[in-house]
Amino acid sequence: MVTNVATLGRSGVHDFILIRASAIVLAFYSIFMMGFFITTPEVSFEIWHGLFSNLAMQIFTILAVVAVLFHAWIGIWQVLTDYVKNSQLRGLLQFLFTITLFVYVTAVLLTVWGV
Amino acid sequence: MIQKFSIYRYNPDVDAKPYMKDYELDVPEGSDMMVLDALILLKEEDATLSFRRSCREGVCGSDGLNINGKNGLACITPLSDVKAKVIVLRPLPGLPVVRDLVIDLTQFYTQYEKIKPYLINDGKEQPSREHLQSIEEREKLDGLYECILCACCSTACPSFWWNPDKFIGPAGLLHAYRFLVDSRDTATDERLDDLQDAYSVFRCHGIMNCVDVCPKGLNPTKAIGSIKSMLLQRAV
Repeated sequence: MVTNVATLGRSGVHDFILIRASAIVLAFYSIFMMGFFITTPEVSFEIWHGLFSNLAMQIFTILAVVAVLFHAWIGIWQVLTDYVKNSQLRGLLQFLFTITLFVYVTAVLLTVWGV
Repeated sequence: MIQKFSIYRYNPDVDAKPYMKDYELDVPEGSDMMVLDALILLKEEDATLSFRRSCREGVCGSDGLNINGKNGLACITPLSDVKAKVIVLRPLPGLPVVRDLVIDLTQFYTQYEKIKPYLINDGKEQPSREHLQSIEEREKLDGLYECILCACCSTACPSFWWNPDKFIGPAGLLHAYRFLVDSRDTATDERLDDLQDAYSVFRCHGIMNCVDVCPKGLNPTKAIGSIKSMLLQRAV
């Protein structure tokens, strides 16, 4: 068994579950947003503000960005371990991608908090 | 009819780098032959050409080659099936070349060895004479035991190309599932423990190159999916 891994999950099974669970959340969020844009002829500031003032929508949005964090962390790790063979460069890239993902999460949290 | 060939040549003792060499073979009009037969005839003209072969009937799995971009067994691939003016023959991709069309299969066998390719029985329920299987239990091994370890599938798999030291590969995993579903084997949990990491099984992303190239018509992707299901059922 391979034990030297630096991914998010505790094992391959854990990664597998996390990546699929987060994909389900992202699929629902994408469908919801598409539905919103299709059923809303004109998206004014008031309508947009009203949408994100709803507590359920705020939770849904935070849930979606956390799903992006989980999904991309594991996915990027898989791609990097496939294609970047230099471990120092891979570690650096993984660090930069993960930091960027946390920036996304923080930005969404603060934005939704401020609505 | 003159059939043209372009064959990968590399002798590390002599050549600085690999090169492609052109050959021509006179194939009588209206007749056909296997790629291996053509190679044997070409070797009569050029004795330095190296390739593996043994049973020459698709049983031993020695002559896996990349034939016009697709892995297959030279001994059961007719020239007429290749349908090309120039037949390009290369060694199976992704593993080190020993010479010409001969590759070093050490990494492939190391992965195979990892899955413990033999029955493990703790002997707690020892039958008086022998371990009998019902027809249904035996049927579960169909589509699995036929693998001849020719390496066509694993060397067609990008996940195996990138991580041949960590990802078991389709051939090894097909065998792993063959022992996981064998009613006589009692080491299911230990076998699954060895496969639950992020590489051994989960580097398979189901692109099905293995299914596309398997000369025996087997389905490693399905077996890998079944292993993933077993791991998930145990985990959730």
